[in-house]
Amino acid sequence: MSSHNESILREPLITGKDITYAKITDDILVPVENKPNKAWWIGFTIASLGALLWVVSVGYTFWTGIGAWGLNKTIGWAWDITDFVWWVGIGHAGTLISAVLLLFRQNWRNSINRSAEAMTIFAVICAATYVVAHMGRPWLAYWIFPLPNQFGSLWVNFNSPLVWDAFAISTYFTVSLVFWYCGLLPDIATVRDRATGLRQKIYGVLSFGWNGSVKSWQRFEIVSLILAGISTPLVLSVHTIVSMDFATSVIPGWHTTIFPPYFVAGAIFSGFAMVQTLLLILRKVMNFENYITMFHIESMNIIIMVTGSIVGVAYLTELFIAWYSGSEYEMYAFANRIAGPYWWAYWAMMTCNVISPQLFWFKKIRTSIPISWVLSIVVNIGMWFERFVIIATSLHRDYLPSSWAMFYPTWVDVGIFVGSIGLFFTLFLLFLRFLPAIAIAEVKMLLKSSSLQHKTKLVQEGAFPEEQVQYFADSLGKYDSVIEEDIKALKIK
Amino acid sequence: MSNTKYILGSFADPDELMSGIDKLQANNISIYDCFTPMPIHGIEAKLGVKPSRLPIAAFCFGALGTILGFSLLYYTMAHDWPINIGGKPSLALPNFVPVTFEITILLCALGMVATFFFRNHLFPGRAPRVMDIRATDDRFILAVDARENTNHELVESLLKEAGAVEVKYNERKYISYE
Repeated sequence: MSSHNESILREPLITGKDITYAKITDDILVPVENKPNKAWWIGFTIASLGALLWVVSVGYTFWTGIGAWGLNKTIGWAWDITDFVWWVGIGHAGTLISAVLLLFRQNWRNSINRSAEAMTIFAVICAATYVVAHMGRPWLAYWIFPLPNQFGSLWVNFNSPLVWDAFAISTYFTVSLVFWYCGLLPDIATVRDRATGLRQKIYGVLSFGWNGSVKSWQRFEIVSLILAGISTPLVLSVHTIVSMDFATSVIPGWHTTIFPPYFVAGAIFSGFAMVQTLLLILRKVMNFENYITMFHIESMNIIIMVTGSIVGVAYLTELFIAWYSGSEYEMYAFANRIAGPYWWAYWAMMTCNVISPQLFWFKKIRTSIPISWVLSIVVNIGMWFERFVIIATSLHRDYLPSSWAMFYPTWVDVGIFVGSIGLFFTLFLLFLRFLPAIAIAEVKMLLKSSSLQHKTKLVQEGAFPEEQVQYFADSLGKYDSVIEEDIKALKIK
Repeated sequence: MSNTKYILGSFADPDELMSGIDKLQANNISIYDCFTPMPIHGIEAKLGVKPSRLPIAAFCFGALGTILGFSLLYYTMAHDWPINIGGKPSLALPNFVPVTFEITILLCALGMVATFFFRNHLFPGRAPRVMDIRATDDRFILAVDARENTNHELVESLLKEAGAVEVKYNERKYISYE
């Protein structure tokens, strides 16, 4: 169905003139086949310094114990779990894009899934380090798994959401990695067949001997589809289980049934924001404007707006239920969030997560690259505050006023957090350098159905009614990669 | 000509490849395989390639995961060392759902992908069985076994007619990466 004709009303997913299969390969492999430019080196230097900070901070934590953090007897979870949930949430967009959008046949996912999936994997790596670090005795981390032991065997308690979490996160990481790597095989083979010498050998090993035969592609597509099918409930289960770490406790502000859907929506929200933050830079620096178009940006902004609204409704529901429950402790927990000593965190969360995404109702704003970029960062800040608010403000004033306390992060807390961002970017930049950042094969599938050039050709052949063509021409106005000439070409018969 | 093992039609467009398949098949010329840089929907039906049975494998691995996962929970929590947690039942089925589910997904994914790799002989370091170096870039390759189909001129003319940019007579099956 390479020549499957798509409705002209659908906006193009590939813009630009004279795009051929060869040009797609050439364009996408530019960063992989050439020496990195100055921007990459600057980014990589800063990111790896961050990663170094992470190594030092985590190393220091392992050496001295979690007393190195600002925890006290009242607040036993603070930045560690805040950062953990933040990273896991960011990781959700990758699977959502690669799995859910595949099931819904949203072809615009084809050019953003690869980098989003890579992001997922790196974000989960960052998240996992907090899980290990916050255990206090990380060398005993394997105790979370049901291994036969010399205590009886005394097994782990499978009634505990913390054990579920270990299973969920490790399954999620494994399945995401497998999904990502399977998708990479054909593209690695492309790199292999264009390379020479040692590079060819290395990519040859990594390509697993992929050859693109009919049977390979047939099985490849089946595997992708089934992995998408099973990843969809998986991704929902992961953040559901993360939320149950809180929801199954008896802490006011945590003990609510709304948590699973609310956390999942928040995860998608922050994940898309992170994808947006990275892709807006990526498309500019790597000249991917023709493949990651304004349509992609706008679609992601719409998803951010929708999930942001769901999160907003969840916040308000939580408030209402706190009041409606009549539970004194629940009411106090929320009054304390709104007007207690952490009011600024609560209102930062409210502003960033509920109000700012509503700006995307305006087409001008959601198709503006600088504003989208700023808002995507605002959302990520907001989502960090959300987790901080949930965790720290619920804990810091517990049932006994004599144990009320505040949380002050130490340099180690800050170091691990800032360092994990460095680690994330280090991994991401290495990915951009060595692997194709856009799924080449999948983008090629769009060339003869959803590209501007193909649609223009059909229009010139008179395949569509005049008013539909006009609608199409109007929708091109927002594209920054479409020039005046491209629109004029639609008028030529 | 007698040394020719495979005749490759190299197409620049997937639709021309498809029409090439039609033309060859209309003339009773069997097609060895096609190598393309992207999946082409409908090609397997044309070539009579059977639907993949991977979904069955995936289901079996998933079911195995469910059984193993639940058995693990049952064995550890209810059989080997039941613990009295606030007098609640040891066999707490609702609490077993998340872990059973995760193990199901994990086994389904790993098992299916392992089957895929096994059946397609994909593993790290495998020498690629590639017939044309551009098949992973921008060419759609149609391979015809030259020993089975001896009328090489007909094959070439049909391929050219369908729009092949290039017709190659290969004396070895796969290209060498040495």
